[in-house]
Amino acid sequence: MKVTGWVGIAAGLLILLSCAAAISALIGASGGAISVSGADFSAIRFTLLQAALSALGSLLIAVPLARALARRRFRGRDLLVTAMGAPFLLPVLVAVLGLLAIWGRNGVLSALMESVGAERLNIYGLTGVVLAHLFFNIPLVTRLLLQGWATIPPEHLRLGQQLGFGPVERFRLIEMPMLRTVLPGAGLLVFLLCISSFAIALTLGGGPRATTLELAIYQAIRFEFDLPRAGTLAMIQTGLCLIVAAVTMLIARPGEARAGMIHPDPFSPPEGRVLDGVVIASVAMFLSGPVLAVILRGAPALLELPYGVVEAAIRSILVALSSAILTVGVGMALSIGLVRMAELRPRLARVFEAAMLLVLVISPFVLATGWFILLRGHVDPFAIALPMVVTINALMALPFALRAFVPAVAMARRTDGRLADMLGLTGYTRLRHVLLPHMRGPAAFAAGLAAALSMGDLGVIALFGSTTTATLPLVMYQLMGAYRMEAAAGAALLLLLLSFGMFAVIDRLGKSHDPV
Amino acid sequence: MIRFDGAVLRNGGFSLRADLTVLGPGICAIVGPSGAGKSTLLLALAGFASIGAGRLMIGEQDVTALPPAQRPVSVLFQDHNLFAHLDVAANVSLGLRPDLRLNAAQKSRVQQVLQHTGLQGLSARKPAMLSGGQQQRVAIARALLRDRPVLLLDEAFGALGPGLRREMLTLVRTVAVEQNLTVLMVTHEPEDARAIADHVLFVAQGQVHPPLPTAEFFAAPPRAVADYLGLD
Repeated sequence: MKVTGWVGIAAGLLILLSCAAAISALIGASGGAISVSGADFSAIRFTLLQAALSALGSLLIAVPLARALARRRFRGRDLLVTAMGAPFLLPVLVAVLGLLAIWGRNGVLSALMESVGAERLNIYGLTGVVLAHLFFNIPLVTRLLLQGWATIPPEHLRLGQQLGFGPVERFRLIEMPMLRTVLPGAGLLVFLLCISSFAIALTLGGGPRATTLELAIYQAIRFEFDLPRAGTLAMIQTGLCLIVAAVTMLIARPGEARAGMIHPDPFSPPEGRVLDGVVIASVAMFLSGPVLAVILRGAPALLELPYGVVEAAIRSILVALSSAILTVGVGMALSIGLVRMAELRPRLARVFEAAMLLVLVISPFVLATGWFILLRGHVDPFAIALPMVVTINALMALPFALRAFVPAVAMARRTDGRLADMLGLTGYTRLRHVLLPHMRGPAAFAAGLAAALSMGDLGVIALFGSTTTATLPLVMYQLMGAYRMEAAAGAALLLLLLSFGMFAVIDRLGKSHDPV
Repeated sequence: MIRFDGAVLRNGGFSLRADLTVLGPGICAIVGPSGAGKSTLLLALAGFASIGAGRLMIGEQDVTALPPAQRPVSVLFQDHNLFAHLDVAANVSLGLRPDLRLNAAQKSRVQQVLQHTGLQGLSARKPAMLSGGQQQRVAIARALLRDRPVLLLDEAFGALGPGLRREMLTLVRTVAVEQNLTVLMVTHEPEDARAIADHVLFVAQGQVHPPLPTAEFFAAPPRAVADYLGLD
């Protein structure tokens, strides 16, 4: 354990250092002086605008939805709440294809519009980017808010009934105070996610009026090979993310966790029943429509996928498994290191952990750009595209792994650790009998998560990918770009199945043995 | 007077049979093992748990189907009786008007009640700035202002130390006599019952037993009660 802990701390330092190196490379490339052009300004403006609209829209829709789900019980409710967790694993490109199948020029809604004599829809630009962000973030915010609703003491609802509160008083006196503590953090989180979402801007945005900072970085590298500009944009992007993350951390108060999260038999006021039903049904349709569309359109194409798609799928599986292994290995060693450090030097451990979290706010895209500039003279970045993708995908999943591992390691040390000390167990024996039994569940969960996220990621690979290194999402993007929609839909369904399949299979591995 | 007529009380999957009369005014303690249904009994009285069969009378009124706000009942829970973002005066004022738009006469009644419960000078405090005993006093003040003939205490003082608990029980006793209240209080401490209750009611194994005078209850307890109290 001692050695593993040091390896973990070393790995953590290596991550910090390589991020610092990436940033300093970017500063170097930008020439130190930040010269911002008109196009850059409009990229900044569009980035902030779409993120603000997405955050605001997510909150506006998630509040009535969470409220309806918190106070109504119906068949399928629990399934719906569970399904709200799925967009986290859903590959962005799959969702984009699904949204286009519903909202695009050739989508279901356009056909309806045309049949009543109206114009077909065109969602490219701001509308599409915000729509896709709503698709991903409404479920996220809804789940956060449901946790908030679960913190409302049942006594307050009963007092409200006894004191004769109407809907207005119930909202003002019981729900509003909870929302005031949950909403700012949730909104900022969505804002942060939307600032640095690349694949959505790439596929649904574009053009001078709908380019985000990340998209501008991509264009500067891939098409203009203008490294100073890429460096400048990356610095701005990092600054934005750090500011938003810092504000989020400052205002986020850890919520009071209550036992018995979901009340089985909540106070369900008679008024507003119809409205709640309409809210639940329409959001459920908005969220499930695109996924159903992908399944229906993709299924026929699944049997005759082009060879390139199959090849890319195999490559993607290997990438996903590699980054899962890397995430779990580094994450476990780092957790052991962090827990040991917390026992010996608690202040230092807190600083270290905060630094790790902060580094992970830096967009993967920015890191890749920095490393690209660093490595340029020494190796061909296009040749190391896949290792770079594996590393960056593993970094993206690391915060989730740490969140699962650190409590498990601490628990193992608190319980069986003392027994092992007494028996004098050390080294490998101790690792195997004391630590690993506690880690099987969290490790499988983190590995599944890392694999699924990596499987669906279209970020760094878009920067450095070529035909020999293309992953499944990149091939799917190319098919969409070439308007080969049948093949793209087949690839999308395959990607969907692989992402969720890998998560399900790997996560199950952690549960197939006797629970600890 | 409170009467359960062949009533079956339901709370989640749990059900409790009750067929008894509690005479009022006065204080009746409810004792019994945990999980036996003591709180369910109070929740049913207040209208938060449904009555599956039979009926519930309070005074001359059949309240079986009445919504909580229309019942002649106030409840004090152990916790969360106050809204954290409202000050003491506002928390008490809720007893008069949920929308908090009080006229001058009502405002002066709030001040009177605060005075009466020993909360003078605290009306602008938020609940977080009060001790546990003071918080329960605020809840009692609100119940007084609502002026309902039945007061239910659901282990309301269970989280307080012995001295403070006795003080609160004395306050309840005083208030009950002054206002002619019928008080039902769930408690884990038989000594609370001894200290202020006129009657004691035993709940066990899904069944509410009829109340006995306190002295009789402790002097010659039925078999099940003796087991619960640990007497031979």
